Amino acid sequence: MQLEINVDAVLNRMGEELAAQLSQRGISRPMLVGIRSGGVWLAERLHRQLGISDPLGVLDISFYRDDFTRVGLNPKVQPSALPFATEGQHIVLVDDVLMTGRTVRAALNELFDFGRPASVSLVALVDLNARELPIRADIIGETLSLQPGQQVKLNGPDNLILELQDKA
Amino acid sequence: MNQSRYANSVQLNDQGQLRHFLTLEGLDRELLTEILNTADSFVDMSAQSVKKVPLLRGKTVVNLFFENSTRTRSTFELAAKRLSADVLNLDIKSSATSKGETLRDTLWNLQAMASDMFVVRHSDSGAAHFIAEHVTPGVAIINAGDGRHAHPTQAMLDMVTIRRHKGDFSQLKVAIVGDILHSRVARSQIHVLNTLGAGEVRVVGPKTLLPKYIETLGVTVCYDLDEGLRDVDVVIMLRLQTERMASAFLPSQGEFYKLYGLSRERLALAKPDAIVMHPGPINRGVEIESEVADGCQSMILKQVGYGVATRMAVMSMAMSGQTTQ
Repeated sequence: MQLEINVDAVLNRMGEELAAQLSQRGISRPMLVGIRSGGVWLAERLHRQLGISDPLGVLDISFYRDDFTRVGLNPKVQPSALPFATEGQHIVLVDDVLMTGRTVRAALNELFDFGRPASVSLVALVDLNARELPIRADIIGETLSLQPGQQVKLNGPDNLILELQDKA
Repeated sequence: MNQSRYANSVQLNDQGQLRHFLTLEGLDRELLTEILNTADSFVDMSAQSVKKVPLLRGKTVVNLFFENSTRTRSTFELAAKRLSADVLNLDIKSSATSKGETLRDTLWNLQAMASDMFVVRHSDSGAAHFIAEHVTPGVAIINAGDGRHAHPTQAMLDMVTIRRHKGDFSQLKVAIVGDILHSRVARSQIHVLNTLGAGEVRVVGPKTLLPKYIETLGVTVCYDLDEGLRDVDVVIMLRLQTERMASAFLPSQGEFYKLYGLSRERLALAKPDAIVMHPGPINRGVEIESEVADGCQSMILKQVGYGVATRMAVMSMAMSGQTTQ
């Protein structure tokens, strides 16, 4: 079922908030990093909206997940690519859905294996209010509370549509 | 194909994922492509300043080498360490006569140390398979070369090399040159090239070093190197196992080089952008001219790096298949 959320409009507002927050913190050169797959689509749009000239980074966190011993390796793993030195930079991590915080933890672990950033902030389109770790986003598009057995999926990359699904 | 179905019943779990990695025979294109894709992701990991991922953190990998091989062992060791596993290297001189009992006892002792994976190199064909059948459930076995049978991680790293540098297999002509008869690498390469749909696979060598009925594996047989190299995209040279010389398979090293050595002049018969590969260690001036081995078409040192990534892929996939079955 498609959710009544206009992703483009929400994203536009998030971009403005992000720009304001970055300037308030005195960060003039943020490096955007999307978490594959949905986070990358969102990061591409924010990258354009903010007119960032440094290239966009992409993280595939499959090798850093904490549930390898339970669910095994993602058969569709793709390379991560950070086409800039992260050392000393202000990183903006972008993900589609923030639920337990485990994906973000994995992303932080991977990010730090590339170098020591000056700061990392988190942008998430949807916050599901289901934290299992002390991880919060700096910019949130929408906050949703789901029924047990439901999940949210972002479809893309061209038309971004949020979909409510029953867990398989 | 009964043999490959049997191998798969041991090396795949009930969901068709790898749980051991014993042979490429019988593995379908989808699974082989998944290995190549995973290996590619590990190749790109070398951009990280900390070249390590936590996948096998807390796992113990035992390199069980009944046959010496510095390079293979060290790349497996590096692969395991980059996956954050703890590694134990055991070099055990094999004693062919007492294989059954000794192997089983060795195994039991190692299992008692709560190991999670054995990387096995053995001079007997089928040794890794034997261990996979007798090992405790949950322990993954990786074949690092068994007798004349298979060397699947070497063949897969060769495929990683070919795909990264030449792309689509269906467009490629590949020549495998040299001692095919004694080469477990060649056997694994032929299987995987055919499954991945390579345009043409040629084997090139003297009659005495080509197995009988090799054409039934789906390869073109050439006894003449010039003919075999014409218009190929990929040249895979095999190491001439000089210890075979004594058994009169070959008149002399010099004679072999004259007929089957890869020189610059000969390489010019292949496509101008052809790549040259060799599993190493190379015998300069025996099967390959130095200028070719060190030349711009040579992939030999790149292969070593891809070897680490490929072994990381296979090890993490097998460990994954052990957990999820």
